[in-house]
Amino acid sequence: MGNLFDLLSEDSRFNDALKACMNCGICTAICPAAEFYDYDPRKICDTIQRKDENAIEALLRSDMIWACGQCLSCKTRCPRGNVPGEIILILRKYAQIQGYCGDFVRQQQHQLAETVGKNILEIGYCVHPDRVSPAKHPEQGPIWEWYVQNIEQVAPKLGANYHGEGPGALRKIREENLEEIRKIYECTGGQKLMDKLLNE
Amino acid sequence: MTKRYWNEYQKEIADDHYFYERSCIRQTFFPGSETAFLKIMRDELHKDIYDEENQHTCTGIGYHSDIVPLETTMTVVARLFSLMNAAGYTNYVPSCVTSFGIFTEMVEIWKHNPAMLEKTREYLRKATGREFEPPANLVHPSDIIYKFRMELKEKMKYQLVNRFTGKPLRAVEHVGCHYAKIFPEKGIGKSEFPHVLVGMIEAWGGEVIDYPERRHCCGFGFRHYLLQENRGYSVANSKKKFESMEPYEPDFILTNCPGCAMFMDKWQYTIAEMENKTYDKEGYGIPVLTYEELTGLLLGYDPWKLGLQLHQVQSENLLNKIGIKYNPDEKYRGADGQILPIPNRPKFLKQ
Repeated sequence: MGNLFDLLSEDSRFNDALKACMNCGICTAICPAAEFYDYDPRKICDTIQRKDENAIEALLRSDMIWACGQCLSCKTRCPRGNVPGEIILILRKYAQIQGYCGDFVRQQQHQLAETVGKNILEIGYCVHPDRVSPAKHPEQGPIWEWYVQNIEQVAPKLGANYHGEGPGALRKIREENLEEIRKIYECTGGQKLMDKLLNE
Repeated sequence: MTKRYWNEYQKEIADDHYFYERSCIRQTFFPGSETAFLKIMRDELHKDIYDEENQHTCTGIGYHSDIVPLETTMTVVARLFSLMNAAGYTNYVPSCVTSFGIFTEMVEIWKHNPAMLEKTREYLRKATGREFEPPANLVHPSDIIYKFRMELKEKMKYQLVNRFTGKPLRAVEHVGCHYAKIFPEKGIGKSEFPHVLVGMIEAWGGEVIDYPERRHCCGFGFRHYLLQENRGYSVANSKKKFESMEPYEPDFILTNCPGCAMFMDKWQYTIAEMENKTYDKEGYGIPVLTYEELTGLLLGYDPWKLGLQLHQVQSENLLNKIGIKYNPDEKYRGADGQILPIPNRPKFLKQ
C-alpha cells in the first residue's frame, strides 16, 4: 500500500479543498448531513491533515464519507477557505479506486451507475421522464403518474419537443452526440469507472 | 439605515446574445419553465438566445454522485463550450443550478491550473476532434431575469399583491445551494445575502419572509434522493425548512433551482400523506413556483401552458389571490385540446 495522504494530495482539487483546518467545527454546525447522519466534516478534515495513515485508511473504508449530500454549505462558512464537501469527492474517488468501499456502498454505487450512469450514456440526460417510474418514486405523487401516462399530449402543450428532432426540452439526443460523450468517457476514465461500478 | 450587503456583491451579466443550455431536471419535471424563459427573452426583452439541438447533460448529477470522474465531467463541459463557440456565442447560460456550479468550478479550475485546461483540450481533441474556449460571461438564467426585472415589471399585467387585502404577497425565496455557496462571488448578493430572487419579489410588489432556515439545503443530496433507501435525508431537510417557515404563513415559495422546486413541491405531498400535515392553514400546502413561472404568470401567460398543473401542490388559491384569470377546464387538456383523465387525488393533501 502506498502513502494514502500523498495519494489524496495528487488530486488536482486537493490543495484548494484542504488548506489548513483549525478545528472550529463551523462546517459541522452548518452541515445538513451532520444533523441527519453520524457524520462530522470537522473530524474528516482533521484526520487527513494529521497524516495518520491508519486513520486515513479507516476513513476511506468507512460509510461516513458517503453521508455528505454535496450541498457545499461548508464551503461558504469555513473561515480558512477549506471545502470539506470537495474533500469528500476526493475521498470517495480513492475509496472506489482502492476497493475500500463496503458491500452496502458498492451496491449503492452500482445502482447509481445502473440508473444515472446509463441515462447519460444511453440517452444523454442524467434524468428523463421515461426513466423516473412512478412505481419507484411514490414520493412524486399522483400528478407525476398522470404526467407520465399522458406525456405525449401534455409535453407539447408546455412547448417541449418530447422525443422530437431538433432543439427543445426532452428532444431526442442524436446518436452522433451520444457517440462523442462515449468517446469522452473512454479517454478520460469515465468508462473505466462505469465498468468497475457495474461489475461490482 | 439598513446596510444593504447585497449591493456590494454584484456580478457582470451580459446584455444580449446568450447560448442557452437546458437542465435535465427542469426538462423532466417543469419543461414549461424553460419554454417560458425563452419566450420572455425573445418576445418580451427582444434578446438573442440560442437553443442548441446538439447539447446534452453536463453530467453534474453523476459527478456529485461519484459515478463520473472530474476529468470526464470537465471534458463533457468542454464539448458543450465547443458547441457555444461553433454557434458564435460567448455568453453561456445554463438552466440548471447544479450545472451553473459545475461550469463555474471547471472555469475556475482552468484559470488557476492551466495544466488542467491543457489536459482537457487534449482529451476533447482526442475524443472528438473539437477545440474549445471557455465563455466570456457565465450566468444563470435567474441572473438575467433579475437584471431585467424592472423592464419586465413595465410589461406585467399583475403584481404580487393580494387583491382581497391589498397587501403584498408574502414569499419564501429558496436559492439553490450551488448558485452561490460554492463560489459566493458568482452569485448576486453572494451566498449569505443572495438577492437574485429577493430582487424579483420586491420589484414586483411582494414581500420577502426572513425565517431561521432560509439558507438550509432543500435536501436533494444527490445520492441521497437518487437512492430510494436514502430519501429520508432528503425529505427531512425539506421538512426542517417547512417547519421553520410555517409560522410566517407564506403565500408561496419561489426557487431558482430546478431540483429545489421539485423537491419542495413533492415533499410537501409526501409529508401530508405520511403525517396528515400541511404547512398552510387550509390543507392545500404552500405553492412552489419557479422564477420562470412567476415571471410568466405576472406577464399574463396561461398557467396551464407554463405547466402549473404538473405541481403536486396546486396553485389556484395563489392565482386567485393575485387575480390571475385562468380557465379551469383547460387544466387537464392536451396540446390539441383533447380531454385527458383527471389525476388521482392525494388522500390528505387538498387539491
